[in-house]
Amino acid sequence: MHMRLERKHPLAIRWFHWINFPLLAVMIWSGILIYWAYPAYLKLDQTTWRALHVNNRLAEGMALHFFFMWLFGVNGLLYVLYTLISGEWRELVPRRGTLREAWNVLLHDLRIRKEPLPRKKFNGAQQIAYTSVILMGVGSLLSGLAIYKPVQFAWLTWLFAGYQGARFVHFWLTVGYVAFFLVHIAQVVRAGWNNFRAMVIGVEVTHE
Amino acid sequence: MNSEKELKRLSRRGFLTMGVAAGAGYASWKWLRTRPREGDVAWPFRRVLEANEKIARAYYSPERLSPEFRPSDLTRARINGGQGLKSPIDLDAWRLKIEGATSPVELTLDDLRQFPRRTIITELRCIEGWSIIVKWSGVRLADVMEKFPPPHMPQYIALETPDRGYYVGLDIESALHPQTLLAFEINDSPLPLPHGAPLRLAIPVKYGIKNIKRIGTIRYTDIRPADFWGDRGYDWYAGH
Repeated sequence: MHMRLERKHPLAIRWFHWINFPLLAVMIWSGILIYWAYPAYLKLDQTTWRALHVNNRLAEGMALHFFFMWLFGVNGLLYVLYTLISGEWRELVPRRGTLREAWNVLLHDLRIRKEPLPRKKFNGAQQIAYTSVILMGVGSLLSGLAIYKPVQFAWLTWLFAGYQGARFVHFWLTVGYVAFFLVHIAQVVRAGWNNFRAMVIGVEVTHE
Repeated sequence: MNSEKELKRLSRRGFLTMGVAAGAGYASWKWLRTRPREGDVAWPFRRVLEANEKIARAYYSPERLSPEFRPSDLTRARINGGQGLKSPIDLDAWRLKIEGATSPVELTLDDLRQFPRRTIITELRCIEGWSIIVKWSGVRLADVMEKFPPPHMPQYIALETPDRGYYVGLDIESALHPQTLLAFEINDSPLPLPHGAPLRLAIPVKYGIKNIKRIGTIRYTDIRPADFWGDRGYDWYAGH
């Protein structure tokens, strides 16, 4: 058996991905500090939030949020521009038949379906997940702007059914990132070291 | 064999680069968070809040209004924040002082009622995240300023409670916004003490923290005024 190195992830995508990780973490953490000043949707019991030290940190949360929003937004924008210009978007954006393929991937992952998955960079389930998370990012930026400037961008706030509507969307999108993250980590662990390493060094090892 | 070597080389380079980048990121984070504080927030964050303010002020237009609501949309008028309301007050002896006008001004509530009366139903958005729909009645701050003009148009307006227990600073464009009112009624009743009797600011282009209660003094100034929450780690501008 020969070992072969296959180019998988371009350098730019790897950088955007790994830069996004701590930026999104800071946005979520500072978002929790802000949210905790008025926890309207999900509440934690006292011991949990005391352990998290999130109380009375609204000013700190806002300072972090309105600093790192720029880095988060610019990194996300550069990623989208890169995928568009490089043509990488073709690997990522779902097309006709993707939904059916994603369904088969789900059955495969749940060990209901035995047939191996098609050999391609991103399967249907990944395409849907990776494209959705970008759309969620757009949703977070827009709902965030609707909360940040509800008078100057009153039309945008109106599209989110008002100030509290925008807050609702902004919050649940964040819960969505956490859900995405958990599934993503589980899948990376399942896929193994070779797959993970490819996201760091760019190439994947194949045997033939 | 070649690819084995190549894999080793790429791995060493890739993981080393990532380690260095992670270390640099962590060091930057630590550095940012430990800078000397300005207005109770590390200065790099203060600088970015000020840069955000510049962008917001450049984009700002007085034509853009805070949405107005119907009387049926009114919500319970939540009471929040008692800073500046703790000293006793004699409402009959109360006067609104205006400093920085061409001559000193002291106004009673009746004097203020001579200005055209304005009523708006808008959303008061607290910086904590909750919001309420409130009906305010009062007079435009812009109308009062026009009657008692400063020698030249100031850059800022400072407002303080009589005991200076609470104070806010406003950029001039937000102060002159057509929805910025000196309000003496809330939901068709005279302001009760906890809502800021006898006179408070209703300024829907700002967070609730700028809607100062029990105004004692209004001052025209070109020096950026101190702001109670701005001194305590919050964005000075706090504009919507």
